[in-house]
Amino acid sequence: MMNNELLSLGGIYLVTLALALPLGAYLARVFRGEKSLLDFMRPVENGIFRLAGIDVRREMSWQQHLLALLTINLVWFGLAMLVLSTQGSLPLNPDQNPSMAPDLAFNTAISFLVNCNLQHYSGESGLSYLAQLVVITFLQFVSAATGIAAAVVLFNALQTRTTDKLGNFYDYFVKSLTRLLLPGSVLVALVLVFSGTPMTMLGKQPLVTLQGDSVAVSRGPVAAMVAIKELGTNGGGFYGANSAHPLENPTFLTNAVENTALCVIPVALVFALGFYLRRPRLAYMIFGVMTVGFAALLAPAVYYELHGNPALTKLGVDQALGALEGKEIRFGAAASAYWSITNTVISCGSVNSMHDSFMPLSGLTQLLGMMTNAFYGGCGVGLLNFFAYLIIAVFIAGLLVGRTPELLGKKIEAREMKIAVLVTLLHPLLILAGTALTAHLYAADPAANAGWLANPGYHGFSEMLYEFTSAAANNGSGFEGLGDNTPWWNISTGVVLLLARFLPIIGPVAIAGLLARKKYVPESAGTLPADTATFGVMVLAVIVIIAALAFFPALALGPLAEHFSLY
Amino acid sequence: MKQNLLPALRLTLVLLVVCCLIYPVLVWAGAQLAPAAGQGVTVRHRGRVVGYANVGQKFDQPRYFNSRPSAVDYNAAGSAGSNKGPTNPAYLAEVHTRVEAFLQQNPTVAPGQVPAELVTASGSGLDPHLSPAGAYAQVERVARLRHLPVARVRALVAAHVEEPLIVFFGPAKVNVLALNVALDELSGQ
Repeated sequence: MMNNELLSLGGIYLVTLALALPLGAYLARVFRGEKSLLDFMRPVENGIFRLAGIDVRREMSWQQHLLALLTINLVWFGLAMLVLSTQGSLPLNPDQNPSMAPDLAFNTAISFLVNCNLQHYSGESGLSYLAQLVVITFLQFVSAATGIAAAVVLFNALQTRTTDKLGNFYDYFVKSLTRLLLPGSVLVALVLVFSGTPMTMLGKQPLVTLQGDSVAVSRGPVAAMVAIKELGTNGGGFYGANSAHPLENPTFLTNAVENTALCVIPVALVFALGFYLRRPRLAYMIFGVMTVGFAALLAPAVYYELHGNPALTKLGVDQALGALEGKEIRFGAAASAYWSITNTVISCGSVNSMHDSFMPLSGLTQLLGMMTNAFYGGCGVGLLNFFAYLIIAVFIAGLLVGRTPELLGKKIEAREMKIAVLVTLLHPLLILAGTALTAHLYAADPAANAGWLANPGYHGFSEMLYEFTSAAANNGSGFEGLGDNTPWWNISTGVVLLLARFLPIIGPVAIAGLLARKKYVPESAGTLPADTATFGVMVLAVIVIIAALAFFPALALGPLAEHFSLY
Repeated sequence: MKQNLLPALRLTLVLLVVCCLIYPVLVWAGAQLAPAAGQGVTVRHRGRVVGYANVGQKFDQPRYFNSRPSAVDYNAAGSAGSNKGPTNPAYLAEVHTRVEAFLQQNPTVAPGQVPAELVTASGSGLDPHLSPAGAYAQVERVARLRHLPVARVRALVAAHVEEPLIVFFGPAKVNVLALNVALDELSGQ
């Protein structure tokens, strides 16, 4: 039984890898502008550019890229705010759900704009079908494409030449949609509808159950939304229970498909970098570091979930199937643990089981996945985060051996280092300052804020830490016991989401742009090679030290303390 | 900013049509060929719809195979888990109460053998399944209350165990609604 479950995890991972390698090669061809499989989409793309009045032959500098990116994101924010605050009076609202309050609309709009899904509402009662499509589904597409486009700017900038011109943002962005996200989503959505996921504009259906209770079953255009939610690593559930909901994720097969869909682009982009730059060894080094990190976080979660909650064993519960609080029978404990770790190392944040009820050390590895935020990572942005770590590792390794720090033939100097350090330190700053401030507010008036925490003691602290970690990682999963639809949580996490999305895009793209402008120095015996296992160990050490040093005290107060009180 | 704003607005409008109209219509068209035309597969019993095949419903009457505890009382228009942490004293007390109640209703089950899913809430609050052990543990109670031979009820459960397609393709499970519909048919209700 247990071995079968582990086998199935290995199977899902191997399928992911088998898809990601060719997909990486394909993406490299697409973004180099070479012949590729979906070239028949070109007329569609040209039509889109003509209607939008965009000339994609105009190459952009890194500043122009960022300006284009930020401007269009601002437009989307306006659109999302508008629809969310008025959805109650707009069409396609069969369940007559109300418009959102301003602070909730702000949090929701920001959340999906930044490819996250904090979701301080519940889909069944919080959104109209129009908002599910025009705000949620739409932002899930375009925010993922934004991240991929930013990663492609990085690819372009790391080539061995000296230039200002790094391609056209709209070109990368639209191709991410037409060549990858849209066709991929159609495939995933078809698997879902044939497995029983609804795709209808009909509202909820009232019925009387077999034993005679009256219920209403929520439906909606679920399949279309769930496909891009996973493929675009956004993670926002159609229903409140996300992919634990039996209509959103009906079978073990859909679970495997959804889980693979959310992993495949982040992994493929790593390989795409190698193909694009024709430096496959660099991609293998990055992939290796990410995979070691991922496996190290996965193992404890699977172990503890399969072994169940010792406190329940004492009560006479048979936990042969593992810890089942917050989990669904059709997935089982192992596949739930695997899902939770893939969704936290990758900033997808969808859930097929409730993280709040996981064993303390599983919760800890979920937190660490988001704290490092670079083991695969979200669509495009995972690679950008990793790039910042890479710059720091090059610099430290260079100092250790007394060589000029260089990456791919470009000198790393003070300016690049400053940006990389600021970006990597921003993450712990947002998480720890946010948690500390909130814990202070809670402690100052526990009675007034009693609704925040669903669990007392160490676990309650973990709930607050998790929410800020999730916001700063643009992840979106939660310890959902947290009563987070309050002005404080909506606004504070909204601000964290914004900073943690755009600064880690701006920083690495700026570094890449600065490097692209520098003179190329051919690699020589004096160069520290970046594509070796030794250097991979160095990068891993940098990530571990930054994450462990910054977060250890907070983790000790929450999940570690809870673990030692339980075992 | 200014030179970017107009293209951004126009591109957004075009993409709204592509992502929010053309794409969903494509998926919807595909769904017309799918089971129940993408409206959710329902289960009928004695001429009326009694539920969705995939959506769990409340069975707390002892004459039915009981479904799992649910944090939302099987409200199919508002899914959620309990979000109780593993060391929460109130939660552990709640599980303790459920264990006691289960042992009282099912005296043939030995303490220490209470299947975990029958005393823990699922992630969605709408879990349609039990593990085979979770169903077998209730056989003697159901048979007693329905005046059916234990062997027949046990065979009914066995017929409803869904083994994974391939060995490593997920846990074995029992759909509680399908089982209870068959049970009602067996006892002529």
